[in-house]
Amino acid sequence: MDPGLAGQYLLNGLMLGVIYAMVAVGFTLFFGVLDVIKFSHGDVVMAGAFVGLATFIGLRDLGIVSSLALLLAVSTAALISMALLGALIARFLVLPLRTAPPLNTLLVTLMLGLALREAVRLFYPNGSNPKPFPRLLPAEAYSFGSFTLRLDSALLLATGLLAIVLVHLLINKTRLGLAIRAVAQDPETAKVMGIDFERVVMITFAIGSALAALAGITNGLYYNEINFGMGLLLGVIGFSAAVVGGLGNIYGAIIGGFLFAGLQTVGAVWFSVPAYKDVFAFAAVILLMAWKPTGLIAEKSAERV
Amino acid sequence: MREGYKDAACVVLALAACAVFTYLFLEIEQQWEVAALAIGALAVMLVMRGRAIGTRVERSAAASPRTAVVMTMIAVLIVAAALHESHFALLMLATVALFVTVCLGLTIQFGYAGIVNFAGAAFFGIGCYTTAVLAAHTPLPHIAVIAASGLTAALIGSILILPILRTRGHYAALITIAFGILFKTFLEVNDILGGPQGLKVPGMTLFGWSFNEPVRITDNIEASFYINYVVLAVALAASAFVIAKRLERSWIGLNFDAVRLDETAASVFGIGVARWKILAFTLGNFFTGTAGAVYAMMTGFIAPNSFTFGDSLILVSIVILGGLGNAVGVIPAALLLLVLPEKLQVIQEYRFLLYAVLVILILLYRPEGLLPRRLRDYFPNRRNA
Repeated sequence: MDPGLAGQYLLNGLMLGVIYAMVAVGFTLFFGVLDVIKFSHGDVVMAGAFVGLATFIGLRDLGIVSSLALLLAVSTAALISMALLGALIARFLVLPLRTAPPLNTLLVTLMLGLALREAVRLFYPNGSNPKPFPRLLPAEAYSFGSFTLRLDSALLLATGLLAIVLVHLLINKTRLGLAIRAVAQDPETAKVMGIDFERVVMITFAIGSALAALAGITNGLYYNEINFGMGLLLGVIGFSAAVVGGLGNIYGAIIGGFLFAGLQTVGAVWFSVPAYKDVFAFAAVILLMAWKPTGLIAEKSAERV
Repeated sequence: MREGYKDAACVVLALAACAVFTYLFLEIEQQWEVAALAIGALAVMLVMRGRAIGTRVERSAAASPRTAVVMTMIAVLIVAAALHESHFALLMLATVALFVTVCLGLTIQFGYAGIVNFAGAAFFGIGCYTTAVLAAHTPLPHIAVIAASGLTAALIGSILILPILRTRGHYAALITIAFGILFKTFLEVNDILGGPQGLKVPGMTLFGWSFNEPVRITDNIEASFYINYVVLAVALAASAFVIAKRLERSWIGLNFDAVRLDETAASVFGIGVARWKILAFTLGNFFTGTAGAVYAMMTGFIAPNSFTFGDSLILVSIVILGGLGNAVGVIPAALLLLVLPEKLQVIQEYRFLLYAVLVILILLYRPEGLLPRRLRDYFPNRRNA
C-alpha cells in the first residue's frame, strides 16, 4: 500500500482510538468504584454532543462569531451538563440499586440509554435526522506527498490524549483520586476511614460523564455530523474496549480503545464493502472474549464462597 | 371431587374476564377507552397480587395445569372467533401469541437459568430469514421449514454459547449485545439477503391448505385469513408454555435455579453448570427461532429494521414487566406492551421512551414485576386444607 494512504488510515485509526478510549475510560472508572456497568454511557456521549450543538446555535443566534469563544462555550456547557447528568444518574439510578442483582443496574442504565436516545429523537427540533456539527477548529491542511494532516485532527488527537492523561493523574496523584481508589478497592473500609462513599461515587460518575461529553464533542468536530443514534454504537464499542482491555483498569481501557479502532480500520481496508468493518470488529471482540474471558489485563478476582 | 369443580369454575371465571378484556382491548377504537382499559388492567393486576382472589385463581389453575392450558387456548380461540372479520385484531392476536413464545424462550434463559440474552430480536430474525430463504428456494414442506428455522437459531446460538460459558455477568451481556448489533449490521450490508430492503416471504401452506386464503365457514360467514395464523401461533405458544412450565417444575428446573442463584455452590454440589446453561440457551433460542418463522410467513415481508437492539430491549421489557421467571406473567405483559402502541396512536411514536421509563420505574420500585414468580412449591399436591 502507498505509504501516504497507510498514514491516512493510521491517523484515522488513532483518531477513532482516542474517542473510543475516552468512552472506555468512563466505563472502567464506573466499574472500578461500584462494580457496575453504566450502559447509558454511549448516550451520554451523544447527549453531550447535542448540548454542545444547542449551545452553539444559541450563541450564534446571539451574534457571537469568534470560533474560539464558541468552542470554549460549547465544550464548557457540554462538559458541565453531562457531569451533572452523570452525578444524577449515580444518585438516583445506580446507588439505589446497589444491593439489587448487578443485572438490574445494567438493565436500568440500558433503558436510560434508550430513554435518552428517544428523548433527543422526539424533543430536539427535527431530532430524527443527522445534524451538521459546526467546524470550530482551524482547518488548515499540511500535505506530505499523498498524506494530508489537518490541523483540527491533530488538535483533537492532542486534546483527547491530554484529557486521558489528566484523568489518569487525577486518579493517581490527588487526594480525590486516592479516595476514588480507596472506594474501588474496598467500599466498607473506605467508609470507615471517613470517606464519603456516595459523594465519591457521584464525583466519579461526573468525571466519567464529562469525559464522555468531551468524546461527543470530539466526535462531532471530527465528523462534522451527529445523530441521535450514534450513542448506541459508541457505547457498545466503548464497553467492548473496556472489557477487552480488562474492566477496572485504566490502561486496559486505553489499549482496548485503540485495539478496537485498529480492528475497524483493518476491517475497512480488508473488505471491499466498508460497512463490514463493524461486523468484523464485533466478531473479533467475541472471539477475543472467548480467548481471554476477563480481558487482556485481567481483573484481579478472587471468589469468596 | 367437589374441590375439582370449584377449581374449574374459578379458572373459567378468571379466563372469561381475561377474554372479555382482550376482546375489548382489540376491538374498541376510542383513544380514551383504550387508555382507560390499559390502566384498569394494570391496576387490577397490582391489586390482585397477594389478595385472596388472586391466590385462589392461581391455586385452582395450578391444581390441574393441563386443564388450565386447554381452557386458555379455548378462550383465545373464542376471542379470535368473535373478532373473525377484523384483519388487524387477528394479526395483533397472532403477533402477541408469537411474542409470548419468544418471551417464554427468554424466560427459560433469563428467568430460569440466569443467562442474559440481549439479542432476542437477532435470534427472532435468524428464524425469519431462515424461513424466507428456505421457503423461497427449497421445496421443503413449510412445517419442516418452521422446525429448521428454530434449529438454525438454536445452532447459531450454540456457537455463541462458547464465549458466554467462558464469561460471566457483564462480560456475557456484552457478547449478546455485540452479537445483536453485528447481526443487524450484517443483514443491512448483505445483498444476498436483500440488504436494507429485506425479503418477501411466501405464506404458509400446510398439506396443500393455504393459510393466506380467507376461511369460509358458511356461505355468508367468512373469516379473515389471519385466523389460520392465530390458531398456529396459539398452538405454538401453548406448546412453549407447557414445555416451560414442565421444565420449571421438574428436576431440570431445580438445576436451572441452582445455576442461577449460585454458580459456585451449584458446581460444588456436582451440578454441571455448563450443561444446564447450554440446554437453557439452546432451547430458548429454538423457541425464538420457531416463532420468528411463523411471524415471517404471517407478515409476508421482513427487513433488518425489525430486528434492532431496541426490539431486543422490548422483549426484555416484557419479561421483566411480567415478572422475571414467571411464565404466566409474560402473557399479559406481551399483550399490553405490543397492542397498546398500535391501539393508542398518541403513544406509537413515544413507545420506546415510555417503555424505557416504565422498566426503570419497575426496576427501582418493584423489581419482581407485575406478577412475581412464586417460590418453588416442593409439595405441589399438598392442599391448604
